[in-house]
Formats: sequence, structure tokens, C-alpha cells
Amino acid sequence: MNIVVCVKQVPDTATERKLRSDDKTLDREAADGVVNELDEYAVEEALKLKEAHGGEVTVLTMGPGKATETIRKVLAMGADKAVHLSDDALHGSDALSTSYAMAQALKKIGFDLVVLGSESTDARTGVLAAMLAERLGVPQLTLANKVEVNGSAIAVQRLTDYGYDKVEASLPAVVSVVEKINEPRYPSFKGIMAAKKKPVETLGVADAEISADQVGLANAWSEVVDFAVAPPRAAGTVVKDEGDGGAKIAEFLASKKFV
Amino acid sequence: MSEILVLVEHVDGDVKKVTLELLTLARSLGTPAAVWAGPGYSDAAKAKLAEHGADKIYVADAEEIIGYVVAPKAELLAKLVADKAPAGVLIAATAEGKEVAGRLAVKTDSGVITDAVGLGEGFVADQSIFGGGVNVRSRVTKGTPIVAVRPNSIAPVAAAGAGAEEKVEVALSDAARAARIVERVKQEKGARPELTEAAIVVSGGRGVGSGDNFAIIEKLADSLGAAVGASRAATDAGWYPHQFQVGQTGKTVSPQLYIASGISGAIQHRAGMQTSKTIVVINKDAEAPIFEIADYGVVGDLFQVVPQLTDEIEKRK
Ligand SMILES: Cc1cc2nc3c(=O)[nH]c(=O)nc-3n(C[C@H](O)[C@H](O)[C@H](O)COP(=O)(O)OP(=O)(O)OC[C@H]3O[C@@H](n4cnc5c(N)ncnc54)[C@H](O)[C@@H]3O)c2cc1C
Ligand SMILES: Nc1ncnc2c1ncn2[C@@H]1O[C@H](COP(=O)(O)O)[C@@H](O)[C@H]1O
Repeated sequence: MNIVVCVKQVPDTATERKLRSDDKTLDREAADGVVNELDEYAVEEALKLKEAHGGEVTVLTMGPGKATETIRKVLAMGADKAVHLSDDALHGSDALSTSYAMAQALKKIGFDLVVLGSESTDARTGVLAAMLAERLGVPQLTLANKVEVNGSAIAVQRLTDYGYDKVEASLPAVVSVVEKINEPRYPSFKGIMAAKKKPVETLGVADAEISADQVGLANAWSEVVDFAVAPPRAAGTVVKDEGDGGAKIAEFLASKKFV
Repeated sequence: MSEILVLVEHVDGDVKKVTLELLTLARSLGTPAAVWAGPGYSDAAKAKLAEHGADKIYVADAEEIIGYVVAPKAELLAKLVADKAPAGVLIAATAEGKEVAGRLAVKTDSGVITDAVGLGEGFVADQSIFGGGVNVRSRVTKGTPIVAVRPNSIAPVAAAGAGAEEKVEVALSDAARAARIVERVKQEKGARPELTEAAIVVSGGRGVGSGDNFAIIEKLADSLGAAVGASRAATDAGWYPHQFQVGQTGKTVSPQLYIASGISGAIQHRAGMQTSKTIVVINKDAEAPIFEIADYGVVGDLFQVVPQLTDEIEKRK
């Protein structure tokens, strides 16, 4: 099975994240880049499926040059090769253009299964998997906490507001996984050494047959009008429980008319 | 004024509160037209939509629409966008709502904004990003604005609309029928309000210590008519079902009041609750980061403080 796992490099959520004042895009230089935590579950699931059914796992990352760190980590976890979609023309792409560019790259790479995380911790749109399924005309099996492949059939449990749906389709397909699905492995020392020799192909927009007028900040379908650092929440009252903590909260709630 | 499509969220035939919020928002921008997708449409549903300003109600109640993952709803909306040329489309920013918005955006070659917490003239949307650190105003620049709005972003206000019904038939494409839902498993929800819609949410974390102990969180919730939430530590431990998880990978809630007990306030938890209007915290560690966003906090043992609070609330009733 030919599996492509989509992994994004994001600023570490533990550090302060900023928008750039010049073009209002995410400041990727200001913060350390890490593998989007939610994509580690996608990588783990891709590796498990490969271990069970054979085939190959290719990492696809769209992002600046620095994203090679992310690619190395995923190769160290056990992916076989990588495609790095990287071009200055892609800077500032929104969800529409990112999905277009990634769909073009996926067509070029070829796939039986595309696996994504449920959300990127920086953009937090959670739409890319649905958009890719739409663009590629393949089944959307998203928000899965269980994935089973049997020949060309695929079945997932899709988490819903009320529980889960059992969903069936046939390959090729796009899957996104939630963080309840597995426990991502750590790269081993051997894995880290082996990763250095694994092939990483860099694709620019022309290589992936991406029209430059459909990507990048100037061609985005949406724009940031303005932004401001949120004013800090007004400091609240914090008291130590002296045996009357519950009563004090009740008083506070009453003063706010909640009770 | 042009129409603004509002995709109706409904469970068991009942219109959800978020839809009334979206109709209220739509009224400030144009003429609201509700879109009902799937079976279960009734006179009661019609009345509720009309009471909140739906001028039109497009009804596509074929069973088929809910038989496949997301794509049929996007196809239905795309057809209406093509036929009715609305000024915009509003969808609830639930996990599924965002996916519908995403597919619709591709289909109609339109921009999409997810997780709006406000929406003003020109469809300029307010968003709160980076765990609440930055406020952004953004807008769609191409196509029909598609905006996914977070539940509880505004209070629903009634205002009568004509509620004129129009049946809509969609011939689903093969692509929309590619991911078949073969079974729906409903896990018990109980009598409490739904997490994302509740005015008050009472959450417990690792400090609660066990699934059985969640009973004290539930009691407090019930005294306030609140929904129960949980941190990931609590859902991962199996103390509370996953669909009650609040945070980055759980539900995003924006209630009037959020009470966090035994939760440290990791950035991933805060990402799902920091737009709550009032935040109350109970934690025995005075250094817990959750206190930074508390309007009122008690440093203490939740096993003492929570039951006392529940009693005090009951006394005041
Ligand atoms: C990719 C990713 C996604 C994530 N998504 C989410 C998410 O959606 N939601 C989420 O919540 N987390 C999420 N997390 C996890 C998050 O980082 C934290 O680990 C989690 O929120 C911690 O839960 P907690 O606050 O209950 O536990 P802890 O951090 O262990 O805090 C427990 C708190 O309880 C207090 N306490 C203990 N006993 C008592 C007592 N008797 N009385 C009073 N206080 C007591 C302690 O002082 C402590 O502050 C995610 C993490 C990752 C990596
Ligand atoms: N630039 C990117 N490169 C590779 N994968 C991405 C990229 N952006 C998003 N993804 C994938 O899409 C998922 C959803 O992201 P989003 O829609 O941005 O929240 C992520 O978990 C990743 O798997």
C-alpha cells in the first residue's frame, strides 16, 4: 500500500506565537518549529498500516526550508521517504491554496491512502483533509479513532458529537485521525541514523504543476484585515481555602447572577 | 437585501441553539434563509426557525443526505449557492461543520473562515488565535463568504421571519456517496445540556482522581443546570467519555461561566475554553497556570470546595 502522510511544521505551542507585522502571516522565524503534535498520530497510524499490509510511507510537508527538521524526525520514526513542497511562491497560502497545492503534489506522488492529523495547532482550521478529499474526488474518512484496511476496502470509526459513526469506503481515500487512536513511537537511535540516508525530494510549484496564480498571500481566498495582541484578562481574585472556599465561590457566583 | 444561508444543526428533529445564534447574526447582515439537511423536518422545527427570523427555509429532507460523510451537505449548499446567489453562508464551527464549510469552499471557489467568534459588516470575522493570545479580524476576498461561527458567540434573539418553505432536491454525485455511514453509535448523553451549547460548563481534570469521583463534578453541574466537561488527562484515563473533552483536540466551548476543578490549565486545554466569559478555578496548587485566566479562584482541595459549593448553591435556590 502506498501511504502518504501529511505532516506540518508548526511553532511550538509552548512558546509565544506571533503574527508578522509586515504581511500579517504567522511568524515562523520567531518560534521553534516542531512537528504538529497531532500529526504524530497520523505518522504512527501510517506506519502501523504499512507494518500490517506492506508498502511504503511517504511524508509530504508543505513549508519553508526549515521544515526539513520535521521531515527528518518523521523519517526517523520510520517513514521511507519524503516530499518537501517548498517554494517562496507558497508563502502566505490559506486553506484553499494549501489544499490545492497539496492535492497537486499528491497527484504527482500517487497514493492509495493519504493520512492527516485532525488539526494543525497553529492554523487550527481542521479543514484540510475534507478539502483534499473534495479536490481529489476520493472518499473522506476523517476524525477516525480506528482505521482498518482489508484489501481495497477501508473502514473507520469517525468520532461524532454523540459517539461515533462506522464508515466504509474503498481505496484510494483520505483519512484524518484523532489523538485517541494510538500512542506515537519515539524515533530510535537507529532510526535517527537511518533517516539521514532516506530520500527527500524537494518540489517547487512548477515541479508539482501548481499554477503560481492560485497560491501565496497575494492570491489567497481570505485575508487578515488587522490583528492585535489580546488584552490580558483582568486579574481575578484568588483566595486560599480556609474552610469556606465553596461558600466564597457561591457568593461570587451570586454577585454575577449565576445563582 | 440578499439572502444569507444558514445551515441548520438539528438532533432528533430539534433545532439546536447555535442555529438560532446564526440566524440572529445573519439578520444583521441580510435576509436569513435556513437550510435543512436530512430527515426530521417538522412543523415545530419550522416554527422555531421562523421565530428566529428565517425568511425562507430550504428543505432537503432526503434520508440520503445523512447517509454519507459530509460531502452531501456540501453538495446541497453548493447547489443553493449556485441557484440563489446568497451574500454568504453561515455554518456552526463544529468539527463536522468546519468540514462542510471546507468542501463547500472548494466547490464554490470561495474563501472560508473557521472559528469566527463574531461577524460584522462586510462579513469581517473576529477570531481568537494562539490560545487566546491574539485577536484577528479577517474576511473572505474571493467568491461567496463562507464562515464557520463558534457556538455561543452571540445570544440568540427572536424576531419573526416569513419562514417560507421551499423543497430542494439534490441528485448526489458518486463522489458524495463515496464514504458510507453504515452505523451510528450513540453514546449516552443524559439529561444535561450539550457541552458546546451550554451557558455553564463544569469541568474536571486529573485532580478529580477517578471516574467515580466525577460524581461530585456532575452534582455541581446539576445544581447549576450545567454541562460537564473534562480535561484530556481525565478522558485519556477513561474517567469520562471522550466527547466531553474540552480543548484543542476536544470541544471548544465559550460559555457564560466555566468552572475548572483539578485542571492545571495547559495551553491545549485553554485553547478550548479561554473565550469563556467568566472563569472560576479550584486547584490545590497556587502555581497552576489556570489561575492566570481565572476571574475567581480558590486554592484548595476540590474534594472540600466542590461539595461545599454545591451545597451553597442548593441553599440559595
Ligand atoms: C496534541 C495534544 C493535544 C491535546 N489536547 C488537549 C485537549 O483537547 N484538552 C485538554 O484538556 N488537554 C489536551 N492536551 C493535554 C494537555 O497538554 C494537558 O496534559 C492536560 O490538559 C492536563 O490535564 P489536567 O489539567 O487535568 O491534568 P494535570 O496537568 O495533571 O493537572 C491536574 C491539576 O489538578 C490539581 N489537583 C490535583 N488534585 C487536586 C485536588 N484534590 N484538589 C484540587 N486540585 C487538585 C493539580 O494541582 C493540577 O494542577 C493535549 C496535549 C497534546 C500534546
Ligand atoms: N503545510 C502542510 N504540510 C503538510 N500537511 C499539512 C499542512 N497543513 C496542514 N496539513 C495537514 O492537515 C491537517 C489539518 O490541518 P489544518 O486544516 O490546517 O488544521 C494537519 O494535521 C496536517 O496533517
